[in-house]
Amino acid sequence: MFVIDCPNCGPRDQSEFVYGGEAHIARPTKSEDMTDAEWGEFVFMRTNTKGLFAERWWHATGCRKFFNMLRNTATDEIHAVYRIGEKPPKVDADLPATPAGEASIGSGNDAVKIMRADAEAGS
Amino acid sequence: MKRYSALELIRQGLTGHRGWDRVWRKPEPKESYDAVIIGGGGHGLATAYYLAKLHGMTNIAVIEKGWIGGGNSGRNTTIIRSNYLFDESAAIYNHALNLWKGLGQELNFNIMMSHRGVLNLAHDEGEMRQLKRRVEANRLNGVDSEWLDAKEVKNFCPSINISGDIRYPVLGGTLQRSGGVNRHDGVVWGYARAADAMGVDILQQTEVTGILTDSGQITGVETTRGTIRTPKVASVTAGHTSVMAKMLDIRLPVESHPLQALVSEPIKPVLNCVVMSNAVHVYCSQSDKGELVIGAGIDAQLSYTQRGNLDIIEHQMASLMELFPIFSRLRMMRQWGGIVDVCPDASPIITKTPVKGFYVNGGWGTGGWKATPGSGHVFADLIAKDEPNRIAAPFTMDRFVSGALVAEHGAAAVAH
Repeated sequence: MFVIDCPNCGPRDQSEFVYGGEAHIARPTKSEDMTDAEWGEFVFMRTNTKGLFAERWWHATGCRKFFNMLRNTATDEIHAVYRIGEKPPKVDADLPATPAGEASIGSGNDAVKIMRADAEAGS
Repeated sequence: MKRYSALELIRQGLTGHRGWDRVWRKPEPKESYDAVIIGGGGHGLATAYYLAKLHGMTNIAVIEKGWIGGGNSGRNTTIIRSNYLFDESAAIYNHALNLWKGLGQELNFNIMMSHRGVLNLAHDEGEMRQLKRRVEANRLNGVDSEWLDAKEVKNFCPSINISGDIRYPVLGGTLQRSGGVNRHDGVVWGYARAADAMGVDILQQTEVTGILTDSGQITGVETTRGTIRTPKVASVTAGHTSVMAKMLDIRLPVESHPLQALVSEPIKPVLNCVVMSNAVHVYCSQSDKGELVIGAGIDAQLSYTQRGNLDIIEHQMASLMELFPIFSRLRMMRQWGGIVDVCPDASPIITKTPVKGFYVNGGWGTGGWKATPGSGHVFADLIAKDEPNRIAAPFTMDRFVSGALVAEHGAAAVAH
């Protein structure tokens, strides 16, 4: 369970929050000029990052305000919380060495981690 | 490949079981293949099997980062059904169901397929109307489906609580008698063994780190065991679908979430079918080992960690107690999470891409297991012929531009 540090209310249990998905997706300004493909990109396509990811959360049973959070989706470590309208801060994160790799701590992918440990013990 | 049979079992039993062959080889990667499949789960291995069997493409490899079946193939609740609302979905899931029926014989591997029936319960008037509509839609599409009232539900599944005094009383439900469960490891191993016997190389502990192209055409993959040349790359990586596509700067409409499941301690047979409830929000069956296998909804947040949060499990346990008070003293043994790639319309993506020779099969979200043979069958067709067949055609990427979505959130057995 995440403990999320709401910028208005302080640290609270995740069950108080509602997930708001990927942050910083700008709403198109000239929507009347957009092609179907551009609309499809805005409405459906998502970055779905493995690694550092900026996302929105809504403190539904607290201040009832949206805010942004920077979380490592490969480990679930929360790195920063910042207000709507602000840019994500620079942080250091334990990222996987390869695009589809597993971080050393925080991944539940035992298939990869057990075999990596076996390989290291053998070598 | 030595055929498995009762006679062979007796013969091996008399000689201490020392004469069995390796189930599949452990080959070194070749320099080049006619096609490379990324992802050694059920869908990937089924794709390889049908490519080799039906399209004669035996010089192919399946590349798997961990061990085969270690991802969502080993983490699902093994429920098989095809009672989806729309024609497009009924076609692909029923195609899969028909393949499941003879699969154990075809692969010469015991997949423990049990067509014990799947109940989808209704708890209010609106849900009753919606499920009755689905029964009629299913029948028009040749999917076996019937409506049961509360008493008939109780007759079919005696351990269920249909008392009118509970918060969400059972008013009735749909029954697909051909639905059921099977053994997920058995399916993975069966497909692997049969594909391997036709010459398919299964490369475990091999991670794809890059995909090579030359002027918009696939030329190979970079792996942790060196470069492999190939004109065709097929990604079947479930939760990591976006990660693979990103290697070629292709954006997809999927988001990856943890989906958790758990099993109880083993008990004597008490639950004779699969029970799913959308409103109370849980699904449950009993494995042949006697463990109750229980699942429900996804965790809300995007994650690749294969772990979820405890409140999700608390909710599904509470839901289970409502439907089955008889289970209240059971202890839970194991709990785990898998990463599912959820599409905005809850339907899969089986598609060509702007990069020639790169194919994607993903977005199965929370319900991919039941489709395993059908998914592999139509995806193999797409890879071999470079055109989607009639069943796969509605599931290409074009629908996210045209708007012709196959919106199946309503037919997911629980809300996700």
